[in-house]
Amino acid sequence: MDLQIALLLGQDGITNGAIYALLSFALVLVFAVTRVIYIPQGEFVAYGALTLASFQAGKTPGTLWLLIGAGLVVAMVDLSQALRSRTARRIPRILAWNLVYPAVAAAIVFLLKPGELPLLAQIILALVLVVPLGPMIYRLAYQPLAEASVLVLLIVSVAVHLAMTGLGLLFFGAEGSRTPAFSDASFDLGILTVSGQTAWVLGASLFLIVVLYLFFERTIYGKALRATAMNRTGARLMGISTVMAGKLSFLLAALIGTFSGVLIAPITTIYYDTGFLIGLKGFVGAIVGGLGSYPMAAAGAILVGLLEAYSSFWASAFKEVIVFTVIIPVLIWLSLTTRHVEEEE
Amino acid sequence: MAPRLLPGIFLVLVAVAPNVVSEFYVTLLNYIGLSALVALGLVLLTGVGGLTSFGQAAFVGLGAYATAYLSIGQGLPGWLAFLGGSPWLGLLVGLLLTAVVAYVLGLLTLGLSGHFLPLGTLAWGLSLYFLFGNLEFLGGHTGLAGIPVLSLLGIPFKDGRIFFYLIWAVVLGAVWLSKNLLDSREGRAIRALKGGVVMAEAMGVDTTRSKTVIFLVAALFSCISGWLYAHMQRFVNPTPFSLHLGIEYLFMAVVGGAGHVWGAIVGAAVITVLKQWLQDILPGLLGASGNFEMIVFGIMMVLVLQRAREGLWPLLIRFVPQGRPACIVVDAQAMARKALPESGQVLLEAKDIVKRFGGLIANNNLSLSVKAGEVMALIGPNGAGKSTMFNCISGVDSASEGEVLFCGQAITRLNSRQIARLGMSRTFQHVRILPAMSVLENVAIGGHLRGSKGVLPAMLHMDRGEERRLLAEAARQVERVGLKDSMFEPAGSLALGQQRTLEIARALCADPCLLLLDEPAAGLRYLEKQALAELLRKLRAEGMGILLVEHDMDFVMGLADRVVVMEFGEKIAEGLPDEVQRNPAVLEAYLGGVD
Repeated sequence: MDLQIALLLGQDGITNGAIYALLSFALVLVFAVTRVIYIPQGEFVAYGALTLASFQAGKTPGTLWLLIGAGLVVAMVDLSQALRSRTARRIPRILAWNLVYPAVAAAIVFLLKPGELPLLAQIILALVLVVPLGPMIYRLAYQPLAEASVLVLLIVSVAVHLAMTGLGLLFFGAEGSRTPAFSDASFDLGILTVSGQTAWVLGASLFLIVVLYLFFERTIYGKALRATAMNRTGARLMGISTVMAGKLSFLLAALIGTFSGVLIAPITTIYYDTGFLIGLKGFVGAIVGGLGSYPMAAAGAILVGLLEAYSSFWASAFKEVIVFTVIIPVLIWLSLTTRHVEEEE
Repeated sequence: MAPRLLPGIFLVLVAVAPNVVSEFYVTLLNYIGLSALVALGLVLLTGVGGLTSFGQAAFVGLGAYATAYLSIGQGLPGWLAFLGGSPWLGLLVGLLLTAVVAYVLGLLTLGLSGHFLPLGTLAWGLSLYFLFGNLEFLGGHTGLAGIPVLSLLGIPFKDGRIFFYLIWAVVLGAVWLSKNLLDSREGRAIRALKGGVVMAEAMGVDTTRSKTVIFLVAALFSCISGWLYAHMQRFVNPTPFSLHLGIEYLFMAVVGGAGHVWGAIVGAAVITVLKQWLQDILPGLLGASGNFEMIVFGIMMVLVLQRAREGLWPLLIRFVPQGRPACIVVDAQAMARKALPESGQVLLEAKDIVKRFGGLIANNNLSLSVKAGEVMALIGPNGAGKSTMFNCISGVDSASEGEVLFCGQAITRLNSRQIARLGMSRTFQHVRILPAMSVLENVAIGGHLRGSKGVLPAMLHMDRGEERRLLAEAARQVERVGLKDSMFEPAGSLALGQQRTLEIARALCADPCLLLLDEPAAGLRYLEKQALAELLRKLRAEGMGILLVEHDMDFVMGLADRVVVMEFGEKIAEGLPDEVQRNPAVLEAYLGGVD
């Protein structure tokens, strides 16, 4: 391997690592706020990428039907609950988000012919279709079990992952898709050529990180999420609804996941089940941070990206094996440094 | 119909099944048996122990590939050649490999919070799957064919109907071993894991060891299932050992009823049959081919967890009249007791204990001592730091500064398990019992350190003598604290005050020389308090030292030999009950200043 290849692989690694870092943020956030180990995060990556690809192929993405279907079920569940508890004032909101919103989204998709729209509009439309699935899934799968143990929530996560992968296969078929790059430009930095897509991924990741930082530092909702992450009971006593916090964190996670999918789709071919592996690599990053620290999670994710890039050069068949065995030294390190304190559950 | 007959009926059904159903169903039943074996391990792990694993399919694969590679025996490197050609050596090597992998995985993750084991097994399951598919000598993605036929006592297991008996004999054997294990000293330690590690450790249970044991057992069951699978199919490739299958096994355990040994078989049957059926109808229904059953499984799983967390088994046995569980304790020879120290000898000495939580000082330079044959009371208003002091003494937490001596030995840096072994036993302010277990079994956990039979004797029922003595001892303690009438009730059905009394019996079952009681009289009625005071007096007369935290002043003053009063983490008074009651600082702490 000469320097040029090394730099090229490094560039690949950092590009993928940036995406894993975004995903690891989402995982740390969801875990801190809801104690859910969010395995289905990767499915949003696949859904985002494949929805965009469907638009570009001039097809109606199956995620639209999922949005409508999930909206209907949430509306039924929420309406029956609102009627039982006689809180009629919640009804307009329930209808607006779960029935009207999907209907409007469907109207846009059918009227605008997304295949002919510019890339930016297609991306926004893909976000419009996929992101609301996050809070809907929270409502249907997790909210009734919000007080259950981490273990039960983890099993739910795996179940949701399985269902979403199956639906992905149904909607998008077994063939993979790749979308065109955001830009064909490339920049020469000394002997290294940086592709336009790499610049986009890094720029967009940084932008998203800054936005998230401002959200958590400057807005009342961001602070509410941080409060819930620190102490659920305490936050509830201060009037912060844990249901709201849960839905909001799932919304953010879905946004990050879908956006990552859009970013990664021009770099690798995405299949209906690719998201799982991508999400798990984000997890390896998050575990480096002990599922608690954002900067450590980001560092871990970049490390995973680099490791993956270089091992694909040396031992491409064992790429995945190498990436997933990284967690062994990480676990050794964690078990040596953390003093186990029992959580009261 | 007597419930005791059920296993017998099941046995008869198993015995006749292959003779009355078609080949197709025999194969299906074989697959159910193989899955049930894996699911059984997960029942122990998930339902009983509160841990979980997504990597069981990888252990199945390890068992299958080990025997495939060795028993085919072609192209074995020289140093492995002596293992070639025999399925039995293949089984042995598979078990050894599995044990090593499971032990290492457990070592890495079981000391961390509970969710690291499943995440570790997730990564391990994925890695092994990719490894199987990429190793040349294991045939890569095409796999290995030509695995020899298994034969036992000259009978070749070639036909599915004969294999059926082998599989189900192994499954039933594993059920028997598991039930034996759960119904033993080690089993109670395992069942205690779900009720919180703090209590189990305080009773002397090495919880990390218990967790490792069930993880190992679950992995070995999976390995055996893989071995059977390889010799039934006589062909292996990586597909059936993927992570998705690992998840499916977990679903079987949860759907069937993760807390019940028989639930594993129910779950394996339901999921296997359902999968078969869904794979037949879904592709036609959806107009595309693919593993769409996972959509149904995923949704079903979420619904099961939301609506019937305990799975199908408890719903099924509701329809069967339940006989009461065996309610006799066989009288057995008493267990050996430690000699109590002489009355008046200093048992416990805590010197200048400081405990900080961040900036908060919960205990500041606190000293106290307890002698054999005395009741020492630690009193003080809420938040004075009494329970913190208890935790520092009993090793649940460690003091920031200061020294604790117990029977002349420094125990400041020992953990609660080691301290329990030295003869200190305690109760908790917030009751820590296992609500689903009977009162007797809860108390028997206290006697954990008095037994010595390990996991293997327990599984093989070679621990019965010791088990009888342990239960008889527990029964004596239950009677002693006056809970005889509820001995076989689930502990969760007792009133709060009685649950506290149960904790005292549990602590006594450990045969301590020093008893730490955290608010034992809270929630007791007047007569019950009288009885408790009487019991403590009797223990004192026998020479036991008792350290007591209590709010009920009548109770304390009538019973204690000496009293230490705490406020805001500091000792404000110490002395005889009468002196302390007249102490102005104490009066101010309890009643406010006299202006």
